[in-house]
Amino acid sequence: MSHLLTLNQVNVSYGPVQALYDVSLEVGSGEIVTLIGANGAGKSTLITSLFNKPKPNGGAIHFDGHNLTSEQTHNIAKLGLALVPEGRHVFPSMLVEENLVMGTIPIGENHLEQDRAHIFDIFPRLKERRNQRAGTLSGGEQQMLAIARGLMSRPKLLLLDEPSLGLAPIIVQQIFGILKEIAEDGMTVFLVEQNANHALKLAQRGYVLVNGRITLTGSGEELLANPQIREAYLGGH
Amino acid sequence: MDSFIIGQQLVNGITLGAIYGLIAVGYTMVYGIIGMINFAHGDIYMVSAYLGAIFLAVITFFGIDSVVLALIITLLFTIVFTALYGWSVERIAYRPLRGSTRLAPLISAIGMSLILQNYVQLSQGARNQGFPALVEGSVRVGDGAQFFQVTYLQMIIVVTAFVSMGILTYVIHKTSLGRACRATQQDPMMAEVLGINTDRIISIVFVLGAIMAAVAGILVSLNYGSFDFYIGFITGIKAFTAAVLGGIGSLPGAILGGLILGMSESLFSGFVNTDYKDVFAFGLLIVVLIFKPSGLLGKPEIEKV
Repeated sequence: MSHLLTLNQVNVSYGPVQALYDVSLEVGSGEIVTLIGANGAGKSTLITSLFNKPKPNGGAIHFDGHNLTSEQTHNIAKLGLALVPEGRHVFPSMLVEENLVMGTIPIGENHLEQDRAHIFDIFPRLKERRNQRAGTLSGGEQQMLAIARGLMSRPKLLLLDEPSLGLAPIIVQQIFGILKEIAEDGMTVFLVEQNANHALKLAQRGYVLVNGRITLTGSGEELLANPQIREAYLGGH
Repeated sequence: MDSFIIGQQLVNGITLGAIYGLIAVGYTMVYGIIGMINFAHGDIYMVSAYLGAIFLAVITFFGIDSVVLALIITLLFTIVFTALYGWSVERIAYRPLRGSTRLAPLISAIGMSLILQNYVQLSQGARNQGFPALVEGSVRVGDGAQFFQVTYLQMIIVVTAFVSMGILTYVIHKTSLGRACRATQQDPMMAEVLGINTDRIISIVFVLGAIMAAVAGILVSLNYGSFDFYIGFITGIKAFTAAVLGGIGSLPGAILGGLILGMSESLFSGFVNTDYKDVFAFGLLIVVLIFKPSGLLGKPEIEKV
C-alpha cells in the first residue's frame, strides 16, 4: 500500500517544552487511521504540526510526495489536506453557506453547486440551516459544518481532531455514523480522539500516544482488545 | 430656533460626517483584523492631501482643463500612491512585530505617525498648502432671508463618500476577497489552514483603509482649500472617535459613528458654541462608552471557549 502521509521521527516543541518525541506514523491511501491518547498527550499538536503550527524542529513529514515542513501554512490545504479542528472553528458570523464556500478555497468554486448538494445529502440539518449564522448553530451542528467544510475542498486526506469533544452521546453516535459513511465513500481519514471506543471501532489501524510518544500500534480490534488500552482509555471494564 | 439654520447645520454635518466615516472605516477594519489601533492612519490621510495637490498641479501642467477629468485623474493617482503608503507602513512598522506584545505595534504606530508628519514637514515645508477651489456654486433652499444652501461641492463630497463606502461594503460582504477578510478577522488560524494567505489579506485591509483615506483627503482639500502636515492628527482622532462611537471593528458602525459625530458637532457649533465643539464630540463619546462600552453597533467581546 502506498503511504499518503508519513511522519518520520517528528519532534515538536513549544519553546523549551517538548510536546512530541520521535513520532513516526503512516496513513495509507483509503485507510482510516486513528490516534488515541489522553488530554495533553500531544494529539492536537501532532495534527497542527502538519500545517507547521508549530513547525517541527526535527524529523520529516511527507504528504503525497510533498515535504510539508518546507511548505507555508496557507499552501498546505492546496496539496489535498483538510483539517476539521478541535473546537470546530467555524466562522461564527458567517452564514452556513459561506462557511461551506470557505472550504472550497484550495480548489476554487467550480464544483461548488455539485459538492454542496452532495454535502446537503449527507447533512440534511445543514440544508435546513443554510442561511443561518454558524455561531447560532448547536455544538453538534457546528461539528457537522466543520466536517462539511473540510469535505468541500475534495481532500485526499481528511484530518479530524476530536470531533466528539463536548457533544452529547447521541450526537457523537450520529457524527461517527456520518464519518463511517464518508470513509465508505473512499475518503482517507486520520482521526485523533480521546473517545477511544468510538475511534477504534471505526478505524482499521490505531496508534496510542502517551506523553508525546507513540507507545502502541495495531489494528483497531487488537487495540480494543488490549488490556492496557481497556484499563487506560475504556474505563477498565 | 430657525428651521433653516437647523437645515444648514445638518447639511454641513452630513458633509463632515461622511468624511469622518471615510477615515473611520480605515481604523475599524485594521482593528477588526489585527486588533490594533493604527495611529498612523490619520497621517496617511494627511499624506493623501499632499499627494492630491501635487498630482493636480502636474495634471494642470500637462494642460488638462476639464475640471471633472482633472479631478478624476487626481483621485486615481492619489488613491494608488496613498495605498502604497498604507501598504508600506504595515510592512515596515507592523508586520515585523506581529506575534509580539499588543503594545509593541501601538508604539510603532505612534512612531510611524511622527515619522510621516516630520517627513512631510521637511520635504514639503511647514507652511499651509493651498488647493484651488475647483467646484463653485450652490443650490438655495428657501427664499429671501430664510434659506439654507447646499454647495455643489457638498453634494459631490456626500455622494462620493457614500459611493465609496457602498463599494467597500459590497467588497467586504459579497466578494470572495471580502469573505477572506472576514474569515481572517473571525479566526485567523483557521483561515490560514483553509488556504488563505492571511499576511496578504492584512496588507489588503491596510490598502483598502488607505484608499478610503485618500478619497477623504481629496474631498477635504477641495472643501477647505488648505492643509498642512498636522491635519492628520486632529482629524485622525475624530475619525477614531467615530469608529469607537459606532463600535470599533464594525464597518456600518464606523459610517454611522462618522455621521453622528459630524452632525452633532455641526449642530453644536451652530446653536451653542464653536470653540467647544471638540469638547462636545469627545463628551458624546464618553457618554456612549459609559452606557454601551462596545459602541453603537459593536458586539461585546466574548471570551472564546
